[in-house]
Amino acid sequence: MSLSVTDPNPRTKWIAGALVIGYAIVTIMPLLWIIATGFKSPADSIAYPPKVVFEPSLEGYVNLFTERTRATEGMLEDAGPPTTWYERIVRDQGMVITGPSRYGERFLNSVIIGFGSTALCMLLGTMAAYAFSRFRVPLKDDLLFFILSTRMMPPIAVAIPIFLMFRGLGLNDTHLGMILLYTAVNLSLSVWLLKGFIDEIPVEYEEAALIDGYTRFQAFYKVVLPQAATGIASTAIFCLIFAWNEYAFAVLLTSGTAQTAPPFIPTIIGVGGKDWPAVAAGATIFLVPVMVFTILLRKHLLRGITFGAVRK
Amino acid sequence: MDETSHLDRAARATPPRIARRIQGLSDRTIAWIFVAPSIFLLLAVNIFPLIWTIRLSFTNYRVNRPNNAVEWVGLENYQRILSDEDVWQTMQATAHFLIWTIVLQVLIGFALAYLINKKFKGNDLWTTIIVFPMMLSPAVVGNFWTFLYQPQIGLFNYVVAFFTGADPASFSMIGDVNLAPWAIVIADTWMWTPFVMLICLAGLRSIPESIYEAAECDRASKWRQFWTITVPMVLPFLMLAVLFRGIENFKMFDMVVQLTGGGPGNTTTLTSIDLKREAFERWRTGYSSAYAVILFVTVFGLASIYVKALNKVKER
Repeated sequence: MSLSVTDPNPRTKWIAGALVIGYAIVTIMPLLWIIATGFKSPADSIAYPPKVVFEPSLEGYVNLFTERTRATEGMLEDAGPPTTWYERIVRDQGMVITGPSRYGERFLNSVIIGFGSTALCMLLGTMAAYAFSRFRVPLKDDLLFFILSTRMMPPIAVAIPIFLMFRGLGLNDTHLGMILLYTAVNLSLSVWLLKGFIDEIPVEYEEAALIDGYTRFQAFYKVVLPQAATGIASTAIFCLIFAWNEYAFAVLLTSGTAQTAPPFIPTIIGVGGKDWPAVAAGATIFLVPVMVFTILLRKHLLRGITFGAVRK
Repeated sequence: MDETSHLDRAARATPPRIARRIQGLSDRTIAWIFVAPSIFLLLAVNIFPLIWTIRLSFTNYRVNRPNNAVEWVGLENYQRILSDEDVWQTMQATAHFLIWTIVLQVLIGFALAYLINKKFKGNDLWTTIIVFPMMLSPAVVGNFWTFLYQPQIGLFNYVVAFFTGADPASFSMIGDVNLAPWAIVIADTWMWTPFVMLICLAGLRSIPESIYEAAECDRASKWRQFWTITVPMVLPFLMLAVLFRGIENFKMFDMVVQLTGGGPGNTTTLTSIDLKREAFERWRTGYSSAYAVILFVTVFGLASIYVKALNKVKER
């Protein structure tokens, strides 16, 4: 392999590498700090100077998942000796567990609403995208622009009438309401992205299938869908991440039954002062799946975040 | 095998019109069946509420007082909003946030993309690491930045104090009127610089090598190549990144509301936060509907003008 004239020389590469790695380390610091704080004891988490080396503790995670109360002599006698490792951690703080916390429920809500809306969104989105890609739909360009423009509204602005509408239909604070809402919000992204992916599949494949006696439906799900699988998967992950991260609608339209984790995590407080390790533990459990997805999405990331405007 | 012969026999046995039905619906019908559910959902959850908002914006309706008579007040809400000092103050806070986040993210994002494009070993891995912050939940991130910004115990204050020699307890990023607007700019820049970086990187990679080779042959200096080839060819990409960041940050709510809650005072009350207070704390539904319409028209108007400019740059 010969070096072309435009290839940067080794020294340039070295300097560029050092600068980028420097930035990456600075930018990843806050995230590592969140993860580390989750494993600190409350005292270590607010120590000055901030502790980089500390004795790991699961107190944050135990506090995240339990409700506790300060134990009196009588309560300790009633409860008997601690039987599990998490009870022991709580007893060491001079407290007893009174029950599970709401975090598990809220996390489960996030999972139900996230996956529910993603599934529905992919079903509707793939169909609409296929139609936009392959058929002559009247007013096609206007419809596509209309779908895109729905993203320009500040969520709070749309939330006022949606709040009224949901209240009228009894959808306030329900899983179904949130699933429908997130599906509608994500639909613009998914139609736009999927149309791009389907456009890239040569029409000839389907035409061959149609000549072989497939119906349109068969051609759609036996030829186009498998070809578009990667595109559909990455679009689905984008929809899932959005629904997972969404806060504005969640905080306004849910309060109990269907509340997701983002509005809940900031409300975690401890006994006497904010329990930062518990908050950090909650954030870590919530954020790490997204980081894993980001790694999976690497190749299609750009396309997703720009609505398919930049394809690399 | 078996199935097709069955179908064949069935097809031959049925009269032609029904046969065509079995063969499949017409393309037009399929097109409508495929598009209709999406359009219906968007109409129900996006357009219908929009029309409702516009209607409400001309009334004095309040959600928390359902028994009050709803009166038609014409343009009064609009008049009140546009002549309200506080609204203009939130507009200013939004402009400050918008301008500085875009300037910083464009500068840092472009520089990073330029460096990554030098194709040093392992650049893919480091790019992925840099991208993490923008994929995370803004509300959770905003909440956690309040911890980093704590005076004395916060990591941010500690690092700043370490490099400047100031006392880490002497300043509070989210408690100080002068610092709070910068606290949200820093957190947003941390989160969204990778977005601009990725788009710039795509732009840089789209420039054909041959152009640089030709420039080398003409003995153009690296500096000249940068300004006459690299910058103009990345510009459309950069402008697209600015459009996305502009729209997103104009709508900004979750991260900032968790980080500062709009305070101290009204220094970080962005328009979305103000709108939320009017609509869901003071329950002035009609008034806040008018506010929402004004915001939407502003975004839509600015975005349309900008897209026109972007298309002109692309044509060149």
